[in-house]
Amino acid sequence: MNFPLVSKPPVLELRDLRTEFRIGGAWHAAVREVSLQVSANETLAVVGESGSGKSVTALSVLRLLPQSAARHGGGQVLLDGVDLAALSEKQMTKLRGEAIAMIFQEPMTSLNPTMTVGDQIAEAIQQHRNVTKKEARRLALEVLEEVKIPAAAKRYDDYPHQFSGGMRQRVMIAMALACKPRVLLADEPTTALDVTIQAQILSLLSELKTAHGMGVMFITHNLGVVAQIADRVAVMYAGEVVETADVHTLFARPMHPYTEALLRAMPRVDGNSAELESIPGGVPAINALPKGCAFAPRCRLKEARCEIDRPKLARVGATHQVRCVVRVEQHGDMA
Amino acid sequence: MSAVATPAVAKPNSVWQALRKNRMSWIGIGLLLLIVIAAVFAPLLAPFDPFQQNIAFRLEPPSAEFWLGTDSYGRDVLSRLIYGSRVSLLVGFVAILIAMCIGSALGILAGYVGGMVDQIIMGLVDVLLSFPTLLLGIMVAAMLGASLENLIVAIAITEIAPFIRVARAPTIALKQRDFVEAGRALGFGPIRLMGVHILPNMISDVVVLGSLWMASAIRTEASLSFVGLGVPPPIATWGSMIREGFEHILDAWWLTVFPSLAILITVLALNLLGDALRDAIDPKLRSERA
Repeated sequence: MNFPLVSKPPVLELRDLRTEFRIGGAWHAAVREVSLQVSANETLAVVGESGSGKSVTALSVLRLLPQSAARHGGGQVLLDGVDLAALSEKQMTKLRGEAIAMIFQEPMTSLNPTMTVGDQIAEAIQQHRNVTKKEARRLALEVLEEVKIPAAAKRYDDYPHQFSGGMRQRVMIAMALACKPRVLLADEPTTALDVTIQAQILSLLSELKTAHGMGVMFITHNLGVVAQIADRVAVMYAGEVVETADVHTLFARPMHPYTEALLRAMPRVDGNSAELESIPGGVPAINALPKGCAFAPRCRLKEARCEIDRPKLARVGATHQVRCVVRVEQHGDMA
Repeated sequence: MSAVATPAVAKPNSVWQALRKNRMSWIGIGLLLLIVIAAVFAPLLAPFDPFQQNIAFRLEPPSAEFWLGTDSYGRDVLSRLIYGSRVSLLVGFVAILIAMCIGSALGILAGYVGGMVDQIIMGLVDVLLSFPTLLLGIMVAAMLGASLENLIVAIAITEIAPFIRVARAPTIALKQRDFVEAGRALGFGPIRLMGVHILPNMISDVVVLGSLWMASAIRTEASLSFVGLGVPPPIATWGSMIREGFEHILDAWWLTVFPSLAILITVLALNLLGDALRDAIDPKLRSERA
């Protein structure tokens, strides 16, 4: 077991991050009180179903949400102790791709169809490094080899449409890693790929994480992927973190009823159940959040108090926190 | 984020293939080539000096010596027509190039930045479009005075508006595409995103429009020259030749008919080429034909 060292300072830390969207003239929180830490050489998986605020969290870190529709509603985004939320747009632009990079879900559309893949990587390098064109080309070729594009030198001058989905995702990773960022945000980078390619990309990502000592925030809805890649996991629901733990604890002893339900809804080869359970209902809209616990309407353990007070994230273990009054009490009784 | 990967531009060689299959495009390209050759090699091709006046051969009808006749100063019409193609093509090409550069820059800016900037630029477009082209051209040319440079500027201004519109619409779609978002996540500034990532993905639309509107620019040049706001004499342009011939329209038809035919053929050639280019570049139209 490789438990992360608690003493290691996080390279990226979110403190009570709140991001609001404008809906019909009023601001509603899409992400509330999100506190997360990613250390160097560590992968934090952020899990949740669609609409739980995973991607919004990542885009808030990079401040890439459209300014007309979204705003920073409070909290801090600390990169090595520097609050990104307080930076000017110009300073932020310098950090994007340089200190924090992001890879996206759709490799098919995330590359510019009119530029060769090599040039797109070189462009990212020239944006942040003061190097000549020739030098940028050499560096770009190096990265292309690092992400294991076969015959990289030959493929350098190919256009994106000459690449398969998996190869394009490798190119995207190469672009993101070209300037050796300290933090990589990966927003469902394997969702659009088939399973064998998915496994290749995941092992490539963990290799690169170790090689560069990066902190990786890996967003996914696939718990199988989480088991394969994550050191720690944060489960999100309706814009808040409902449970966070290291990956072994989360799979062995899930505490939050939502996490339990997610695990039961996952197909397993080692189980003997013929049926997959589903979670009835859906994620509430951000402008129609319940007053108490956001998960209460779908929860099996619901009590009257759950619908009145919003539960706090409570510590139940060294690295284990959960946002559920019922479960925290049960845990306290046992201890 | 969109799931379907549609390349924004067709690949150059497939455009060329589609262009080759289109018979009309051959006629357009052929005619245009002929006119360009005439303009480039004018001193070699013209049988006489276009400025040489000769009262003895005043208003000669077309003959074996003067293929297209002579004008009221005894100048050879064919030679003036060949030299006139230089002005027409130069004015048409340069004016459209200017309109294309300024128009697509403003259009991309309006589409990308949006908000107030968009409203101001599109307001400008509405103002420009509310004037008939010729009226606007006359206004600008009269304000600037008659010279070759001013004529080009005047025509460029009258043709900017459509380029702004054509550049703006795809920009709005492209700025939401994943690769622009990915570029933003890599720390690219707005100018790089507009110039390197948005412009190349819509340039084909603008070029097609350019070939179509070049015909209009040549027409405007002829019209402005016709009303006396074009290139000052004695330089031959097709428009000014028609105007000079207008005084003799009843007794010397060749003075107006041949320059008019020259304009007609050039405009036709550009329109054929523009239509063929548009069909070749638009993959949707192409697949419907196939």
